Amino acid sequence: MAVVFERPKSLIDIPTHYCPGCTHGIVHRILCEVIDEMGIEGDTVGVCPVGCSVMAYDYFNCDMIEAAHGRAPAVATGVKRTNPDKFVFTYQGDGDLAAIGTAETVHVATRGENIVVIFINNTIYGMTGGQMAPTTLPGQVTQTTPFGRSPELAGYPVKVCEMLSQLTGTAYAERVAVDSVPHIRDAKKAIRKAFENQKEGKGFSIVEVLSTCPTNWGLAPLDAIKRLQDEMIPYYPLGVYKDVAEGVFPKTEGGEK
Amino acid sequence: MATTEILLAGFGGQGILFAGKILAYCGLMDNKELSWLPSYGPEMRGGTCNCSVCISDEPIGSPLVLTPDILIAMNQPSFDKFVKEVRPGGKVFFDSTLIEADTDRTDIQLFGIPSQQMADENGLKGGSNIILLGKVIKETNIFSLDTMKKGIEKVVPPTKAQLIPNNFKAIELGMNA
Amino acid sequence: MERKLMKGNEALAEAAIRAGCKCFFGYPITPQTELAAYMAKRMHKSGGVFLQAESEIAAINMVLGAASTGVRAMTSSSSPGISLKSEGVSYIAGSDLPAVIINVERGGPGLGGIQPSQADYWQATKALGHGDFQLIVYAPASVQEMVDCVVKAFDRADKYRMPAMILADGLLGQMMEPVEFPEINPDAYDKSGWAANGHKFKREHHIINSLYLQPDELEKSILDRYKKYEIIKKTETDAELYLTEDADIVICAFGATARVAKSAVNSARELGIKAGLFRPKTLWPFPVKEINEAAKNAKCLLSVEMSMGQMIDDIKLAINCSKPVHFFGRTGGVIPTPVEVLEEIKKLGGAD
Repeated sequence: MAVVFERPKSLIDIPTHYCPGCTHGIVHRILCEVIDEMGIEGDTVGVCPVGCSVMAYDYFNCDMIEAAHGRAPAVATGVKRTNPDKFVFTYQGDGDLAAIGTAETVHVATRGENIVVIFINNTIYGMTGGQMAPTTLPGQVTQTTPFGRSPELAGYPVKVCEMLSQLTGTAYAERVAVDSVPHIRDAKKAIRKAFENQKEGKGFSIVEVLSTCPTNWGLAPLDAIKRLQDEMIPYYPLGVYKDVAEGVFPKTEGGEK
Repeated sequence: MATTEILLAGFGGQGILFAGKILAYCGLMDNKELSWLPSYGPEMRGGTCNCSVCISDEPIGSPLVLTPDILIAMNQPSFDKFVKEVRPGGKVFFDSTLIEADTDRTDIQLFGIPSQQMADENGLKGGSNIILLGKVIKETNIFSLDTMKKGIEKVVPPTKAQLIPNNFKAIELGMNA
Repeated sequence: MERKLMKGNEALAEAAIRAGCKCFFGYPITPQTELAAYMAKRMHKSGGVFLQAESEIAAINMVLGAASTGVRAMTSSSSPGISLKSEGVSYIAGSDLPAVIINVERGGPGLGGIQPSQADYWQATKALGHGDFQLIVYAPASVQEMVDCVVKAFDRADKYRMPAMILADGLLGQMMEPVEFPEINPDAYDKSGWAANGHKFKREHHIINSLYLQPDELEKSILDRYKKYEIIKKTETDAELYLTEDADIVICAFGATARVAKSAVNSARELGIKAGLFRPKTLWPFPVKEINEAAKNAKCLLSVEMSMGQMIDDIKLAINCSKPVHFFGRTGGVIPTPVEVLEEIKKLGGAD
């Protein structure tokens, strides 16, 4: 009997610590499918953030490094610069990438660092129990915006793909979502493209994944999916924000760093 | 020989650190113990600048020269500030084009030569510092002319090797001043 | 061996490259700038990586990333920058990674000044970041020793899988002295048992991590590290004892200050005062055995520092408070003079 569906080999077969209905599992799975399909698990080094996916090093079967909060892009830079033949990715949440790690994020992109960043945007700090994230929507209630995020008091959300697509070093920036099967398929395609970019030495690639947090949003998983569709996608439009087919570095200087 | 402590001082851009480096390399050529310590910070960019050089047969203790045996002063503020600190019996070399030697001290020897003017007259722009070094080796015998020439050859970068003869010329001008 | 004249900062960089350092990540700050500039010029020629990071924080985390893959990695900075790096140093220690960190100290606190200082002694030896951990801390006193310390620091960092620091200061960094580079054959430590550089489907995946959510697991990891520290305390201390055999008064000083103190000791001897010098070359581990040897005949000790006296407690603990420990220091970037130190020696040593 032909096997038509199985667990990706690079996704270790143990229960995760994620909450029921959390979409981290979906993103882990499609990331590992890409790693398997490209056959690169043995040549990949992943870098975990601080946040809900802090322990993702236990789930991915490639070599893994756990970084300090916000510093994953710097750690990944250290890995990639000394091991240019390896595939290097970071997996970061919104607080990690767009608040405490903003400098690292901006500079890893502007250097055109030849790595992949998987960015989970769920508009909230999950691990610490539901505080305002840099991506929290105006009006959204969190533990630290109990009356809803007021732009006057707490500013506006950071639109990461829009921001990073302004930088010359960014080869590829796409925002995807994991709320439906077609969107999940698109998300996987985007991740595959990001890794192919790295293989071809095109420069910095980021895939922003709109995700849910049923626990801290206080919603049932299906209602959380609905909120993603009704509130997040209009604010954070899906699509390709940047795609430099020829890569960000002049070919004369020799593609891959 | 005990430690000879040399202090060079002047404006940034007069070649204070460069002259200090030549002395340091002379020490290296003669197989001496030595140290070279620049002042650093904002004063490097056009303000006052000074440089401590110690030459000895023994390992150098503190590299910071506070009471120099030899003072090389290239501007008035440096002369005024440091002439008071020169060790009794010490020697002060200065550019008399720019400096009016006003001091009560009788326990030190003063050697003023118009090094800036000499440099200008001999087509050795910026060579005032080296002319003073020529005077130093003439009056102190700390290094031979041969050592001084070797030191200059070490310090002048290969890309500016064409400047070496001019430096030699400046040394000899200073020795004969 | 050829004697070369080099600035301390440049000698540190050259020694690191010769010791097999394959990458340098840094951020400009006075007075260590020449080190990074030298690396920028030379590192790529030796097949290594130089990268100017966006911050000290990023730089130390790049070091963490490179070290995770088993590569010899280093960063350098000066006091305010080291404070920023302290987060990353803690993670490096907690992840059992080798790395070399150089601090060319300047005056603090805050932006402080840019002149030489030793006021980061506590930071380096007690608390360069949060948590239970130590770094091996070397305190060179000459440009030649800076070279030797760098070589040793890379070796010991690899040997013990922990960060090592060179605690220098602006005076040592800026001064030029003759220096010789010994033939260095960096010991090849086998890192294949832990390095995260791609498993090639030939082994289990490696995880470089400092997170232990179970207290007993975290405690065990720390206890294991402290067993290692005990070995280091027994085997890695180093100090210079100068004229201490018959000394009534033992001056304790490290780094650039020890040079000043040595000049003062020599002057004191000329005056007939039996002074000696104890100079720790490792600040952690503190040379306990060596200071007790140095002070065995002393009536008192005098700590001379470019700080408000951060080494005094270590001295008192090392000799079990068995003798009076006095202090003389200048701080904020002021370098004590041999004359000042001699005056203190006279006060203490001339009393009897």
